[in-house]
Amino acid sequence: MSAKHRENVVKLIKAILKPFKLEEVREALTSIGVRGMTVTEVKGFGAQSGHTEIYRGAEYTVNFVPKVMIEIVVAADVVDQVVDTIQNTARTDKIGDGKIFVLDVEQIVRVRTGETNEDAI
Amino acid sequence: MNFRNLTLAATGTALTATAASAETMDKGDVSFMIFSTVMVLFMILPGLALFYGGLVRSKNMLSVLTQTTMITALVMVVWVIYGYSFAFGGGSSPFWGGTGKLFLAGVTMDSMAATFTDGVVIPEFVFIAFQMTFAAITPALIIGAFAERIKFSAVMVFTLLWVTFAYFPIAHMVWDGAGYIFNMGALDFAGGTVVHINAGVAALVGAIVIGQRKGYGKDMMAPHSMTLTLVGAGILWVGWFGFNAGSNLEANGGAGLAMINTFTATAGAILGWTIVEGSIRGKVSLLGAASGMIAGLVAVTPAAGSVGPVGAIVLGAGASIVCFFFVTTVKNKLGYDDSLDVFGIHGVGGIIGAVGTGIFTAPSLGGVGGADYDMVGQTLIQAQAVGITIVWTAVVSFVLFKAIDMTIGLRVSEEDEARGLDLATHGEAAYHN
Repeated sequence: MSAKHRENVVKLIKAILKPFKLEEVREALTSIGVRGMTVTEVKGFGAQSGHTEIYRGAEYTVNFVPKVMIEIVVAADVVDQVVDTIQNTARTDKIGDGKIFVLDVEQIVRVRTGETNEDAI
Repeated sequence: MNFRNLTLAATGTALTATAASAETMDKGDVSFMIFSTVMVLFMILPGLALFYGGLVRSKNMLSVLTQTTMITALVMVVWVIYGYSFAFGGGSSPFWGGTGKLFLAGVTMDSMAATFTDGVVIPEFVFIAFQMTFAAITPALIIGAFAERIKFSAVMVFTLLWVTFAYFPIAHMVWDGAGYIFNMGALDFAGGTVVHINAGVAALVGAIVIGQRKGYGKDMMAPHSMTLTLVGAGILWVGWFGFNAGSNLEANGGAGLAMINTFTATAGAILGWTIVEGSIRGKVSLLGAASGMIAGLVAVTPAAGSVGPVGAIVLGAGASIVCFFFVTTVKNKLGYDDSLDVFGIHGVGGIIGAVGTGIFTAPSLGGVGGADYDMVGQTLIQAQAVGITIVWTAVVSFVLFKAIDMTIGLRVSEEDEARGLDLATHGEAAYHN
């Protein structure tokens, strides 16, 4: 297979979410057939601003807000369904709900068996 | 030793020496004092270690724990070798106890030490051990001032020299029967001057000499664990009963008074700080409550044996509120980096407590002072004692900090400071995620 043919078959979906939404999103995704994900605790800011902490008169502005980032690798044909599921489950209509990114995956390998491409999803 | 002499003198009763055969050692007193001694060790390890440790950034947590531990060990050995002698060796100098008890010479398990009650004695080893824990905690308090940037070797050298030239002489002057400040008639039940003002002023000098932490005022330097800080504060409060009540040297009404004062002053102080903070900031903070707690404990330390429990509430709250304004406003205006507010709480709280002892010992305010108690006169004596302590320790500390800075250096490199003292100095991490 040529490199160009393989290009759009496997996608990486990264979603940055409010931490309390993680369980709900995980459950929604597993119910549509997503069989794995990686979760990282991250911090960041966008429209949502941080907060101030004061310790004995020393004031600190914490610009970053804690979030979680989930990463899922899926076949290209289910990307839209997965993205919609995440967005509908994680949405609270308040700023700081997060963002979803869809990236191309150049290669994917299952460590146990050595399978590649769609067989490794 | 201390206050009892004043009341007897005031009522015209002469102190008579008691015959050795009239001495009684009561097992209740001995167990009480052994327990109190261990409680003061508990205050240092892990009390103070965690209280301070939680307040620094996680990359420096271990350095605080290590410094506290090592200072404790060093001072305990020094105490037994020459510290006890320099403080309580029986010499007649007003400034120094002499060399009579170097290496605890002549002290056996049958040797007895006096208490505040004629004829009641406790084993001298117990007294030595009790005082030893006070000698250990005092330099350990100072490390808060230069946390997160001090060189470990500098801490150890400073500790050794500072206890020698500041702690032992002041302990002698305030607590020994031949001591200069003792004979002025100053009241310092458990160490408002000897421990807290002493350490607080040394800390202030140290913070100024060593300079601010890199990034002070800009970088995020919030406490890494308020949880551990509260654990440490709680241990300090509990252990402080050994510190204050134990300073009575016997288990009787005096110990009971010191104990209840250690409750009420502290509670008043917590409320004082948090009410003021809550009114000004709109929020009550845990650090505020814990800081108020310590400020109250510090303030009641010189007063524990002579003020009344209700007066103690006022003393604690008053000291705590002044400390609040000092650490939140005055310190920032003056621009020095006393990282863990050693002067702001131990120094300022100690000064208010020591001077306030003169006021609240008055019988009209519930204190144990006699009918002819001279409140103004005693308060002036207290102020003089405070002044002498401040000047002595400021001079000694300044000389020592400067000398150490010029020889081995006080501060770690900028790179090490950024990396964190745990890895840079000790090659260890407090936490691994």
